[in-house]
Amino acid sequence: MKLQSLIVSAAATLLSTAAVTQAATTVTIGTVNNGDMIVMQKLSARFEAENPDIDLNWVVLEENVLRQRLTTDIATGSGQFDVVTIGTYEVPIWGGKDWLVPLEGLPGDYDLDDVLQSIRDGLSHEGKLYALPFYAESSMTFYNSSLLEKAGLSMPDQPTWDQVKVMASKIHDPGNGVYGICLRGKPGWGENMALVSTMVNTFGGRWFDENWKPELDSPEWQQAVGLYIELQQKYGPPGASSNGFNENQALFSSGKCGIWIDATSAAGGLYNRSESQVADNVGFAQAPVAVTSHGNHWLWSWALAIPKTSDAKAAAQKFMTWATSKSYIEMVGASEGWASVPPGTRKSTYANPKYKAAAPFAPAVLEAIQTADPTKPSVQPVPYTGVQYVGIPEFQSIGTQVGQTIAGALAGQMTVKQALKSVQSSVSRTMRRAGYPKK
Amino acid sequence: MQNSSDNKLWLTVLGWTVALMIFFPIFWMALTSFKTEVEAVSTPSLLFAPTLENYAQVFERSDYLKFAWNSIYVSFGSTLLALAFAIPAAYSMAFFPSKRTPGTLLWMLSTKMMPPVGVLIPIYLLFRDMGLLDTATGLMIIYTLMNLPIVIWMLYTYFKDVPIEILEAGRVDGVTPVQELFMLLIPLAIPGIASTGLLSVILSWNEAFWSLNLTSSQGAPLTAFIASYSAPQGLFWAKLSAASLMAIAPILVVGWMSQKQLVSGLTFGAVK
Amino acid sequence: MATPASTAAANSAVKTKNTRKVDTRPFLWPSVIVLFLWMIVPLAMTLYYSVINYNLLDPSFTGFAGLENYKFLLEDPSLWTSMWNTLVLVGSVLIISVVVGALLAVLYNARFPGRNIARLLVIAPFFVMPTVSALIWKNMMLHPVNGFVAWLQSALGMVPTDWFSQYPMLSIILIVSWQWVPFAFLILLTAIQSLDSEQQEAARIDGAGPVAMFFYIVLPHLQRSISVVIMIESIFLLAIFAEIYVTTSGGPGLATTNLSYLIYSVGLLQFDVGYASAGGVIAVILANIVAIFLIRTVSRNMQKA
Repeated sequence: MKLQSLIVSAAATLLSTAAVTQAATTVTIGTVNNGDMIVMQKLSARFEAENPDIDLNWVVLEENVLRQRLTTDIATGSGQFDVVTIGTYEVPIWGGKDWLVPLEGLPGDYDLDDVLQSIRDGLSHEGKLYALPFYAESSMTFYNSSLLEKAGLSMPDQPTWDQVKVMASKIHDPGNGVYGICLRGKPGWGENMALVSTMVNTFGGRWFDENWKPELDSPEWQQAVGLYIELQQKYGPPGASSNGFNENQALFSSGKCGIWIDATSAAGGLYNRSESQVADNVGFAQAPVAVTSHGNHWLWSWALAIPKTSDAKAAAQKFMTWATSKSYIEMVGASEGWASVPPGTRKSTYANPKYKAAAPFAPAVLEAIQTADPTKPSVQPVPYTGVQYVGIPEFQSIGTQVGQTIAGALAGQMTVKQALKSVQSSVSRTMRRAGYPKK
Repeated sequence: MQNSSDNKLWLTVLGWTVALMIFFPIFWMALTSFKTEVEAVSTPSLLFAPTLENYAQVFERSDYLKFAWNSIYVSFGSTLLALAFAIPAAYSMAFFPSKRTPGTLLWMLSTKMMPPVGVLIPIYLLFRDMGLLDTATGLMIIYTLMNLPIVIWMLYTYFKDVPIEILEAGRVDGVTPVQELFMLLIPLAIPGIASTGLLSVILSWNEAFWSLNLTSSQGAPLTAFIASYSAPQGLFWAKLSAASLMAIAPILVVGWMSQKQLVSGLTFGAVK
Repeated sequence: MATPASTAAANSAVKTKNTRKVDTRPFLWPSVIVLFLWMIVPLAMTLYYSVINYNLLDPSFTGFAGLENYKFLLEDPSLWTSMWNTLVLVGSVLIISVVVGALLAVLYNARFPGRNIARLLVIAPFFVMPTVSALIWKNMMLHPVNGFVAWLQSALGMVPTDWFSQYPMLSIILIVSWQWVPFAFLILLTAIQSLDSEQQEAARIDGAGPVAMFFYIVLPHLQRSISVVIMIESIFLLAIFAEIYVTTSGGPGLATTNLSYLIYSVGLLQFDVGYASAGGVIAVILANIVAIFLIRTVSRNMQKA
C-alpha cells in the first residue's frame, strides 16, 4: 500500500509541476557571459523599475553552450526564450528560416539611422531587420607599447604580417615570461578560425569557390596557416592551442604578450585599470595585411532578437530597444565609465566627446567596423557572406572541424600540408552530405 | 619498539602528504576565491589580503539560492523516487530469485549504457511535448531513471547479505511480503539504503549534461550556475573559484559528514 | 487496495520455506516497466531518426535515408580514432583507479594521527562536479602560464609543460582519475576493513612482510570489490563528456575525441539529428559489447566468491 501511494503521490507531483504556467509578462533572456552583457544584467533592474509589468528572467551561459541551447530551443519550437543573444552569423540564417520576428515599428527616439549601416546590413535578411545590435566589433592589432619601446620598435598604423612577425621575434622573451605574439589557438569556428579566416582572406584565399567547392588546400591557405602556426610556435605563449579570446586577454592584460590581434571590443577592458595591468601601455593599430586588404579584419555583432515562438513579443521588444538605445549607452557611461560602453553600434557614440576622451581607440575601431565588408571577404568571388565565417548552417560544424585540425597542427601532431589535406577532404564530405552545390 | 614508532612517523608523513596532494586542487581553488582577480593570475602566494568581493559579485549576478534549491530538490527528490522503485524490486530479486533474475539485473545495468549525447534530441522533443523543459521535476525524472539501475543493484547486493533467518522467523509468524519488507528488512538494511541514497544524491548533484540541455532558468541546478561563470571575458578565475566553491560546498559537506556511513554501506555485496 | 502478494500465497510460503511460491513480481514490475520505457522509447526514436534525413537547421532535408547516415559515419576516419580513444581513456582510468585506490586503501587503513581527516581529504574529489574539476585543472593547475604546476616547474628551473597540447590524453586521464580514484578508494577501503585481522596477524607471525601480505592476503580479498569498481566506473567512463568539452574540446586534432564527443561534434553541432542518431546507435552497440563483456566477467567473479 505504501508503495502504491508513493507512486501515486510521485505521479501527482509530476503532473502538478508540469501544469504550472508562466506569467505572461515574464521575459526570458538568453545571453552570453561577456562583460558587456553582465553590465546589462546589472542595469536591467532600472528597466524593471520603469516597467513594473515586466519581469526579466536571465539565462547567462558560456558562448558555445548558449548557442547550442538557443538553436535547439528555436529549431524545435520549444519557446523557452523571449529574447535571444545571437550574432551576425545566426541572424540572417535564422531570419531566412522565419524563426525570428522581423523588427518593425521601433519607437522614433530609437533612431535606427544612428545604427551603423554595416551592422544593420549584417543583421538583416532580404532587407528586413531581425535583430538589434548590442555591441559590434572588428579585429585589430593591440600591442604593449612599453615592450615595443624596450625592443626599439614602433608599430605602423597599418602593419603587415611580415612586420608583425619581425616585431614578435624581437619582443619574444619567454625566460622573463614575455611572449612575442598571442593569437587565438583554441579550436572553434568562432575562436581560432575567426582569426585564421581573416589571415586566409588577406593572403587572397577563400573558403569555397563559386560552386561551393572547398579550397582549403590552396596555396593561399598553406601560406596563411603556415604563417599562423610559425608565429604561434616560435613566438607564442605555451598552451597557445588552448588559448581563446579570454585567455589571451588575460595574458595581454597581465603584460605577458607583446602583440595581440583580436576583437576591437577588447579595447575597453584593456584600458580599464581595475581589469588590466597594462592600461597605460596599450597601443593599437589596424589588423595586419598580407597580399590584399580584402577581409583582413572581421565584422561581428552580438545582437538581441525575438524568436517567433516567444509568448511575450511586445515586452521583449520593449526590453531590446531599451538595452540597445542611446540612453542605455549613456547609462553605462555614467555608471561604468565611458571606456566601457558597448562599442561599435551607433554613430552617436563615436561623436560623443565623453567617449572620445575616454576611449582613444574609438576612431580606429570605427574605421575598422565601417571598412569590414562581409559581402566581399575575398579578392576572389565567393558564393557566401561573412568575413571570418561562411553564412551557411553547416559552417558551425565545418569551422570547428577545421579549427580542431589546425590546432592539432599547432600542437605539432602533423604538418600544415597534412592538416590542410585532411580538412579539405573532410569538408568536402560534409558539403556533399549537406547537398552542395545547391540549386 | 623503536622500529614501530619510526614506522608510525613514516606512515603519518606519507598519509598526510598524499592526502594533501590529492586535496590540493580544491584547496587552491578555495584560496583563489578569496583573492582579487589580479592576484589570482599572478605568482602563486599564500600571503594576500583575503577579500569577499568575488562572493559578493556572484551573489549579485545570479540567484544562487534558486540554483541551490533546484539542486537539492532534484537530487534528493530523484533519490527518494529511485529508492521507492528500487527497494521493492531489490527485495523481490534478492529473496525470491528466479531463473531470470541475473539476466534482469544485467539488463537493468545495460540501460545505463546509453550515451546521453546520442539520445539528447529524442528526449528533448519528448520533454517539449510533455511541457517538462526547464522544470526541476523533468530533471528529477531523468535522474531517477538514470540512477535506478545502480540503486537497484547496490540494494540487491546489500539485501543478499541480510541474514535470511531473521526474515524467516517472521514468516513463521505469518507476515506478508509487504509487512516483511517494511517491518523487517528496511529497518535491518538502513545502513545500506542510506549509503545507496547518498551515492545517488552525489551522482545527481554532479550530473552536467542533461541539466545543461534540458533546463535553462526555472529548473536549472548548480551545474547550470557554473556554466555561466566558466569562460567570460577578462580575468575571471577568482570569481569562477568562488562560484565553483559555492556549487560543490553543499555536497562536499554532506559527503564528509556521511563518510563513515558511505564506507560501511558501499560493500556491493563484495564483503563477507 | 490489493497487496502485491495475496495473504494465501504468503501463508503457503510458510510451509514450503525456501521453495516459496510467493509471487513478488509486482514488487519488481514498476522498476522493470520504467526502465524498459526509459530504454525503449529513446532507443526506438533514435533508431527511427537514424534512418531518416532529419536536420533541425534544414527543414527541407527530409525523407527516408536508409543506411545513408550509417554509411557516412562508418566512412568517417575519425570514428575509429574516437573508438580507440574511448578505450584508452576507459582502460587507463580503470587501471589507475584500481591500483592507486588499492594502495590508498591500504595506506589509510593503517592507524596514524589524523587518519580520519586525511581520509576526508582523499575522498573529496569524488564530490566535485566534473565541470568544476575540469575547470580547476585547466585554469588553476595545468595552465602553462598561470597554473600552479607551471609555477612549480619554473621554480625548479624547468620549462613549464603545455599539458593540454603536448599530453592531451594524459591530462584528461589525470583529471578523470583524480575524480574516480576516491570512489575506488572508498569501496576498497570498505573491503579492507572487513579483512579478518586474525588472519593478518597469523600471516605476520609467519613472517610475511607488507608486500607479501598485500599480494597474498589483501589482494585476493579485494578481488570482488575490484570487480565492482571496474563495472561501475566503466559505466560512467564510457560516457565521459564534460571533462573533454571544458578542457580540450576533443583536440588538438582528434587526440582526445572519444565517441561521445565525436557524436556531439559531428552530429549535434550541426544539428544533424539523423547523423547524431546513427552515432548514438553505434555508441549504444559498442557500450553494450563492452558492458556485456565486463558485466559477465564481473558477475561471474562475484558469484564465485
